[in-house]
Amino acid sequence: MEEKEFFQKAADSKYAKKIGKHTRLKESLIKIFFAVNGTMALIFIILIFVFLFKEGFKALDHIGLLDFLYLDRPDASGNIERVFQWYPTSEEPRYSLIPLLIGTFLTAFPATIISTLLGVGAGIYLSEVANPKFKEFLKPMIELFAGIPTVVLGFIMLVVGASFFNDLLHPANRLNAFVASIGLSFVIIPIIASLTEDALHSIPNDLRMASYGLGATKWQTISKVILPAAFSGVSASILLGFGRAIGETMIVLMCAGNAANLTSNIFLSVRTMTATIAAEMGEVSQGSDHYYSLFFIGIVLFTITFFLNLIAEIIINRMRKKNTF
Amino acid sequence: MKEIKIVVKDLNLFYGDKQALKKITMDIPDKRVTAFIGPSGCGKSTFLRVINRMNDLIDHVKIDGEIYIDGVNIYDKSLDIVNLRKNVGMVFQKSNLFPKTVYENIVYGPRINGIKDKKVLDEIVERTLNQAAIWEEVKDRLNENALSLSGGQQQRLCIARALAVEPEIILMDEPASALDPLSTAKIEELIHDLKKQYTIVIVTHNMQQAARVSDQTAFFYLGELIEYDRTTTIFTNPSKKQTEDYVTGRFG
Repeated sequence: MEEKEFFQKAADSKYAKKIGKHTRLKESLIKIFFAVNGTMALIFIILIFVFLFKEGFKALDHIGLLDFLYLDRPDASGNIERVFQWYPTSEEPRYSLIPLLIGTFLTAFPATIISTLLGVGAGIYLSEVANPKFKEFLKPMIELFAGIPTVVLGFIMLVVGASFFNDLLHPANRLNAFVASIGLSFVIIPIIASLTEDALHSIPNDLRMASYGLGATKWQTISKVILPAAFSGVSASILLGFGRAIGETMIVLMCAGNAANLTSNIFLSVRTMTATIAAEMGEVSQGSDHYYSLFFIGIVLFTITFFLNLIAEIIINRMRKKNTF
Repeated sequence: MKEIKIVVKDLNLFYGDKQALKKITMDIPDKRVTAFIGPSGCGKSTFLRVINRMNDLIDHVKIDGEIYIDGVNIYDKSLDIVNLRKNVGMVFQKSNLFPKTVYENIVYGPRINGIKDKKVLDEIVERTLNQAAIWEEVKDRLNENALSLSGGQQQRLCIARALAVEPEIILMDEPASALDPLSTAKIEELIHDLKKQYTIVIVTHNMQQAARVSDQTAFFYLGELIEYDRTTTIFTNPSKKQTEDYVTGRFG
C-alpha cells in the first residue's frame, strides 16, 4: 500500500475519535478530588506541627530552656537550692519538666515491659500454637479489646484495679505509676499481640518445614528460626507500643494520681506529660507563660515519639537490607 | 537386591474425605536411589512426606497402614517424631534456607542436637559442604547471608544442611525442579555420590532425571502405586500399559 493512501484513511477511521472536553474535565476533577483526599492528612499534620512549634517555642522566649530543667532559688535559710518542680501557677512559677518526664517513663516503661512479655507471648500463641479456628475467633477479640475507649479502661482501673492493688500491695498512694502502667498495658498488649502475630505469620512456612525437617521441636523452631526471622517486626511492634504508652492520656490522667513527684518509686503518684497538658490546658489563660509551656511539653512529647518511630524504621530497614540474623 | 530399609504396608492417606494414597505397599532398599514419578497430584510428594511424618504438620490428614524403617513402626504412637526427622532428612522443592549465614544454616541442626563445641561444628560445616560439592564455592563466604548464593548453590546448601544432622535416609522433593540444567546436573551428580552412604528417595517430574539418577522407580497415578521396578525395566520394558504411556510421554 502506498504511504499516501495509508494516511488518507485517517479521516474515516474509527480511531480518529477525539476526546470530548467534558470527559477531560471530569477526569481531571476526579483526579483532583482524590489528590486532595490523599494529601489532606499530610496537610493537617504539617499545620498541626507548625502551630505546635510556633506556640511552643514562644515558651523559650518567656521562660528559657534551663528553667524547663530546674530552678535555683533560696531556701528558708537563704542557701541556694536547686529544685525540679512543676508548679506553673505558683506565685513563683516553676516549670521543670523533669518530674513530668519521670512520670511519663515511670508509667510507660513498666507498661511496655509487661505488654512485651504478654503481648509477644499472645502473638506467638496466635501465630504458632493456637489451632486456626480458635485463632480466627481470638484475634478479632484481641483487636476489639484495643478498640475499647481508654476512658473506660481508665475508669475500671480507677475503681476496681486501684482498690485491688491497694489491698494487695499497700502502696504509699492508692493511685500510682504502677496502677497506671497496668492500665496502659490493657491498651498496649493488643497492639503488640496483633502486630507480633502479623510479623510471625508473614514468615514463610518453608522455614518452619526446614526446621522441623532437621528434627527441631516446636519451641526450637519458634525461638531459633521464627522469632529471629521476625525480629524486626516484633521489635517494631514493641516500639510502637512504647510510643503509644508515652502518648496515652486518659488512663494515666485517671490512674497515676497526678502529683508531680520526683521519684523512682513506682508506688507513688506521678504526673505524666500528657496528663499535664490534658488537665491544665482547659484552665490556662491563653497567651500566658503557662499556656506556652504546655505547648512546649507537646514539642517534647512529639520529639520523643518521632525519634521512637525513627529508630523503629531504621531497625526495620537495616534488618530488611541484611535479611540475616 | 540390597538390604531393605523401608517397608510400607497397605498405606492409605486421607486429606479430610479425599483419599490421596490408596493401599500403597512397597519396599525401599538401603543405600540406593528410589525415584517416585507420576503426573501432578498423583500422591508421590504426599507419600514422600509420610516417610518422615511431615504430614503430621498438616491439619485433617489421616493415615492408616504401616511403615517400618529398620523394623520400627514409625507411626507408633509413642515414637519420638523429632528423633525420626533427625534420621530422615529432607530436601524441599524450593530452597528453604534460613535467612542466616551459610555457616549458621549448616550448624542449626547440630546445634539443636546439643553440639556446642566450635571445633566440632567447624568440622561438620567443612565435611557437609564437601559432601554437597559446594565447599570450594563457599569456603570464603561462610559468614555471608546464605540467601545471597545462586539458586543452585542454595539447593546444594540445603542438602549440606540436611547431611549435617547425619541422617540415614534423605528424602528429596523435586530438588532440581527450579534449577537450570547445569545446576541440575550438579545435583544429580551429588545424588549419585551420596547413595554410597545414604538411602535416597527422590520425587521428580523429570523422567530423564529419574532414569539418570535412580536404581528403581515407582510410578504413581491417582494415589495408587501402579508399577515399581528397576529403573531400566520401568523405562524400557514396563509391564503396565499406564506406565508405558506415561514414560513415553503419551500423557502426564
